[in-house]
Amino acid sequence: MGAEFVALSLPPMVIGVLVAIACALPGNFLLLRRQALIGDAISHVVLPGIVVAFLLTGLVATGPMLLGAAGAAVIAVVAIEAVRRLGRIESGAAMGVIFTAMFAGGVLLLEQSDTSNVHLDVEHALYGNLESLIWLDATGWASLLDPVALAGLPVELSRMVLALIVIALFLWLFWRPLALSTFDEDFARGLGIRTGPLGLALVIMSAIAAVAAFDAVGSIIVIAMFICPPAAARMMTNRLGHQVAWSCLFAALAAVLGYVLAGYGPLWIGAGASVSAAGMIATVSGIILGVAAVAGPHRTRNS
Amino acid sequence: MLADALLLQLGYNATLVAIGAGLLGVASGVAGTFLFLRKRALVSDAISHATLPGVGLAFVVMVAMGGEGRSLFGLLLGAGVSAAIGLLCVHWLTRRTRLGEDAAIGAVLSVFFGFGVVMLTVIQTMNAGRQAGLEGFLLGSTAGMLRSDAILLAVSAAAVLALVLILRRPLALAAFDPGYAEATGWSLPRIDLAMMGIVLVVTVVGLKVVGLILIVALLIVPAVTARFWTERADHVVIIAGVVGGLSGYVGAAVSATAPALPTGPIVVLVGFGIFLFSLLFSPRRGVLASVLTHLRYQRRVHVRQGLLALAQGQPIYEALTQRLLTRAGLILPDGVPTAEGQAAASKALLDETRWAIVRGDQAYALAATRYDGLTPIETVLTPDQLFEIDAKISAPEVVA
Repeated sequence: MGAEFVALSLPPMVIGVLVAIACALPGNFLLLRRQALIGDAISHVVLPGIVVAFLLTGLVATGPMLLGAAGAAVIAVVAIEAVRRLGRIESGAAMGVIFTAMFAGGVLLLEQSDTSNVHLDVEHALYGNLESLIWLDATGWASLLDPVALAGLPVELSRMVLALIVIALFLWLFWRPLALSTFDEDFARGLGIRTGPLGLALVIMSAIAAVAAFDAVGSIIVIAMFICPPAAARMMTNRLGHQVAWSCLFAALAAVLGYVLAGYGPLWIGAGASVSAAGMIATVSGIILGVAAVAGPHRTRNS
Repeated sequence: MLADALLLQLGYNATLVAIGAGLLGVASGVAGTFLFLRKRALVSDAISHATLPGVGLAFVVMVAMGGEGRSLFGLLLGAGVSAAIGLLCVHWLTRRTRLGEDAAIGAVLSVFFGFGVVMLTVIQTMNAGRQAGLEGFLLGSTAGMLRSDAILLAVSAAAVLALVLILRRPLALAAFDPGYAEATGWSLPRIDLAMMGIVLVVTVVGLKVVGLILIVALLIVPAVTARFWTERADHVVIIAGVVGGLSGYVGAAVSATAPALPTGPIVVLVGFGIFLFSLLFSPRRGVLASVLTHLRYQRRVHVRQGLLALAQGQPIYEALTQRLLTRAGLILPDGVPTAEGQAAASKALLDETRWAIVRGDQAYALAATRYDGLTPIETVLTPDQLFEIDAKISAPEVVA
């Protein structure tokens, strides 16, 4: 159990937890601002960004891809806003137009270009590959203290840690203005808070979470974690601080439980191979939401 | 090759698929309009993603019953059932809990899709059945479709279209004037249910053509596009149907010309192209039209202000104003007004003076609301009224 677990299961599990929390944190505010589907839109447009970055640089490297994905996310947000204002269209429909078109463009580019020799395809973009993020240098729990072995950790781990720190720092610094503008935008504006740039900053933070997470786990987990843990947390409490804490707890629980069920669950019932960890984590987060929606103390509108 | 595809010369299957996709496009354009006008466009995204577990489970069930698991009808039936469950979940979360509809949509979409992916990986490890092709439901693939599947597609697309046409009156009523619909005895929840039912059927039929990730575009884009071209309710529905049909038909035909052209993205991009064209060039609400209107307005303001300056004997320094007045032959290049310019300037000043009186007089309160610094007063007041006002202009001057 020990050595094998540390090498094969611990890194993906930790990455899963980091991804889940990094997405759930901004997700709380998106949920309260009724912008929950921004996460959905962002995670769809990441694909064309990555494909374009690959076509321009010709290599599957982290730097250009993250830049491409972030660029695509910003373009999408601007385009949605432009369509909404220019065409006087409600934001949901504007979002639907832009993200489907960009995703379709990404798929088409991918199919038309020669990517057969690199690991880049639509399925990967959707499901990610959490199971492949293994730590070959680990020989057992002792490796956690061994600097040589630690250097061999998957790069996704350090990237997610960094993203999580940036997002947590943003929320910690702007907690009050964010909370104020989320619950009463006019009041916040009256106090002199610039709600427009603040809202955009929140969307950019969500994009950072989505882009950093995307490569490791694919877009399903990203969408699920943006929405399900905060939504479940919303049923548990009326206080913002408590809600954020609950959502982190639910996110981590979903990641660990989902990973374990996907990796070991089939073995317990006698089946041979494991199932998609990303899909299972999303499923577990849905089950948590379901339980909270049936039994949470603050599940209805007037409680 | 492209011409062949558009003229339905690529064989019987491709022809059936293209016609089916066209009919489906019309149906989704019309159904999508009602959805869009009820501001529930993205509910269809939840419905479409919720089909995936149904497809997987249907495959497993069919294999367990000893079949090959490739029956399109069986797979679509499964898709319909799980999409309906997803729709109920969205409904329940929105009605019974404090979550907004957007959160409910996102939750159902991601969780059902995640579970669907789990089902797909389960199927990959099964040794029975022919699993190839299930991925086609993600992005749509009509290449290499069986004859029977193509027929099923074309027939069901036609059936959906017929359903939409039969139900168009109550749907339109609920979309454009919900209050009136309720007052005349229709039950809004029931109409909404019918609308969602139609959207569900469109989604399920479109799975094989457009794929579950992108089918939402076929419901939203035509409706949004149509809004650019008309303000009339019945016309929106017709235009959306045409745009949807065109996207479906052209998309399916183009995709049939080469193996590396997945149907779904092409259909969506054709639709998006039409949308983009409308956004830029539609005559009333397009970007180009608003820019032109703005420029025209700007020019009128400059000319008017320039003329008022001339009338009061002030020099004009502003470059655009100078250029506009020179070009109209109202001033000479050195800034001196021509005879025409002088006439126009006095006219502008008279107009402004008359307006000043109208705006200061309670009796003309209604007319005064029409003042914007540009409208000539003759177009608002009658000659008799102007005569009265002119009397007031001269009076104080005589005293002074």
